[in-house]
Amino acid sequence: MGMDIDMLRCTGCKLCQIVCSVANFGENNPKKSGIRIVSRLFTEARYDVIVCDHCGECIDVCPFAAISLDSGVVTIDPELCTNCGICIDACPKGALFTHPEVGHPIKCTLCGECERLCPRGILGALAASTEGEVAD
Amino acid sequence: MYGYAGNILRVDLSCSKVSHEPLTEELVHNYIGGRGFGAYYVYKEVPPGADPYGPANKLVIASGPFAGLLLPSGSKTSISAKSPATGIYGDSNVGGHLAGELKYAGIDAVIVGGKAEAPSYLLIDDDKVEIRGAGHLWGLGAIKTEEVLKEELGDEFQIATIGPAGEKGVVFACINHDFGRQAGRCGMGAVMGSKNLKAVAVRGTRSVPVADIDGLKDVSAVMFRELMANPALKVWQDLGLAQVTTWANSIGALPTRNFRQNFYEAVNGLSGELMKETIVVGDKACFACPMATGKLCKASFRGKTVLVEGPEYETTALIGSNCALGSIEEVAFANYVCDELGLDTISAGNVVAFTMECFEKGIITKDDTGGIEAKFGSLDAFCELAHKIAAREGIGDLLAQGVATAAEAWGEESRRIAIHVKGLEWSGYESRGAPSMMLAYMTCDIGAHHNRAWSVTHDIAVGRDVIKGKAAKVVEFQHVRPLFDCLGVCRLQWVELGLPLEHYARLYPVVTGRDDSWEDLLVKSERIWNLTRAFAVREREDFGRKDDWPPGRFYEEPVPDGPLAGFGITEQDLNTLLDEYYELRGWDVNGRPKEETLTRLGLEDVATELREMGRIL
Repeated sequence: MGMDIDMLRCTGCKLCQIVCSVANFGENNPKKSGIRIVSRLFTEARYDVIVCDHCGECIDVCPFAAISLDSGVVTIDPELCTNCGICIDACPKGALFTHPEVGHPIKCTLCGECERLCPRGILGALAASTEGEVAD
Repeated sequence: MYGYAGNILRVDLSCSKVSHEPLTEELVHNYIGGRGFGAYYVYKEVPPGADPYGPANKLVIASGPFAGLLLPSGSKTSISAKSPATGIYGDSNVGGHLAGELKYAGIDAVIVGGKAEAPSYLLIDDDKVEIRGAGHLWGLGAIKTEEVLKEELGDEFQIATIGPAGEKGVVFACINHDFGRQAGRCGMGAVMGSKNLKAVAVRGTRSVPVADIDGLKDVSAVMFRELMANPALKVWQDLGLAQVTTWANSIGALPTRNFRQNFYEAVNGLSGELMKETIVVGDKACFACPMATGKLCKASFRGKTVLVEGPEYETTALIGSNCALGSIEEVAFANYVCDELGLDTISAGNVVAFTMECFEKGIITKDDTGGIEAKFGSLDAFCELAHKIAAREGIGDLLAQGVATAAEAWGEESRRIAIHVKGLEWSGYESRGAPSMMLAYMTCDIGAHHNRAWSVTHDIAVGRDVIKGKAAKVVEFQHVRPLFDCLGVCRLQWVELGLPLEHYARLYPVVTGRDDSWEDLLVKSERIWNLTRAFAVREREDFGRKDDWPPGRFYEEPVPDGPLAGFGITEQDLNTLLDEYYELRGWDVNGRPKEETLTRLGLEDVATELREMGRIL
């Protein structure tokens, strides 16, 4: 599970970031998002798409057992999380994000909203239920 | 306040003071945002007669209520000031990611006044606002400056910069943002430079409140669905605005050899298709835009290979066909040169083409150009002139003041081929065969720019020789198109992909919680239009009809070749267009707003001021 991303076709529009914040927080705020677009324009003329691939490496490093794997989705339990940041350092993708108003790292919930909206349809195949709804 | 961050940030560079003040209900109700905020503050706070390069000029960087939200391309920042190019109100807008970032940092607009003692940049990091030294950035290219600041501060900062041309006060110096997007027009980069302000860097973490988040989701879902389902979207994603070049040529509108022609026989070398085949290496979008019209290109010239965003249509028209360059790769290279120097490609293309024609006609010689063989078709000449302009060396010092000033120095014969209105060089549509488009250029509030009323398709639809009745369409466009600049949203999705205006009308209440109809918003846009006109009338005792007049070339020379060969427009036609336009606007025969018009639009204070000055009857 997780996203299969064709990063070279990303145009850097950040629609994924804004729809993620609306879907998961009910707010317009691309910084409250489980996905990040990073510009590599100056050197490589491209963007990086940074998002959790649900590899689960963060699960074992969490001292508070706040992270679990459920049906292929790595999830943080905000009740158990102390926002210590150990998982952030351990994530091989750098795909756990902090926000001053949120008491736990923000990560992809595999809700599929970004995949559905991505104008280039590059955010890969998610669950079979979303098939046919992918843009592009 | 829904749809807004709720604050204005004031920066006084003379005394290194920054302060936040709350956005007022009155400002939002009357002026919406973006260009509306710019017009309001520039009229209110820049005193008549102020030197555009002086500390009394204000630079207003303003977002709008749609910016930074989940909707198609809420990406537009308007940057306004008294323009050094025209001496009247000027603004220019830029896409990218700055507009939303300002709001995430809790700010709807930044008003910069004064002048810093030494080169500086403004850092906005949520509530932390600092004026920092920019000694290490001064002299660097506009894009290089952005790269250095991104390295220092991090990629999350959205940054606006100027190049050497802005530092040196070139009247067509632009402001760069996001690796090659520009607020190009009216010399806003020169205003920044005059304040010793090299860059503005912004990062914010806040959410932007909206009145009805579910309503926003519903309306934007429909908008995105319609955009994605439009077969034309793929063409825009593939070619971007570069596809316009061959179309403009086919309708006899492509500026060629300093607007002598509107048809370029070598257009195939400049086509969007060729560009995609030969130099495009990637696509690039502004915030939340499915169109991704930005094209990253690699271009080589004389052993140097550069990476550049662009060229888009305007650059290809004014630097390509207007300077008679041979290939899109040459245009892309020239685009890079202008971007790094911080020159608006539209005005730079005009200035160089004007120089080339004067050189061809013998009005100037190599003695004047400092030895440059300023011939049409020469990329070497383009690059050499661009560097001299940015450095203000030799002929560059004169050309840095635009074609109108250069023509004053070079005499009568050059004046009729200096292609500008109000001191702002003409953008990419030659309009001898498009009377409404001609009127749009003549009456555009900032000078000869197309974006306020792009009505050439109206001329094609109702008849290219028809004069009567054309002004109404121009007025209509001059209200609806700048409304997008107030709302902080790109208009391309409406103009090019036919997204209905009704969607934008439905967005306004769900975003802002206000009950204004689209018609109400158009009245506000008309208010702003009259306010920017009032600025010009207040500024100059003799401002009026003569300032809405195009260069002699357009009514003295018929179109020499191409699909519109033999076509022309007469002085009588131009006067008929203006008469009709002034009448519809409620302005007098000299193009000055009547008191009753200003009063109808809620500008009683402005009417009183202008009447007491004897500027209106």
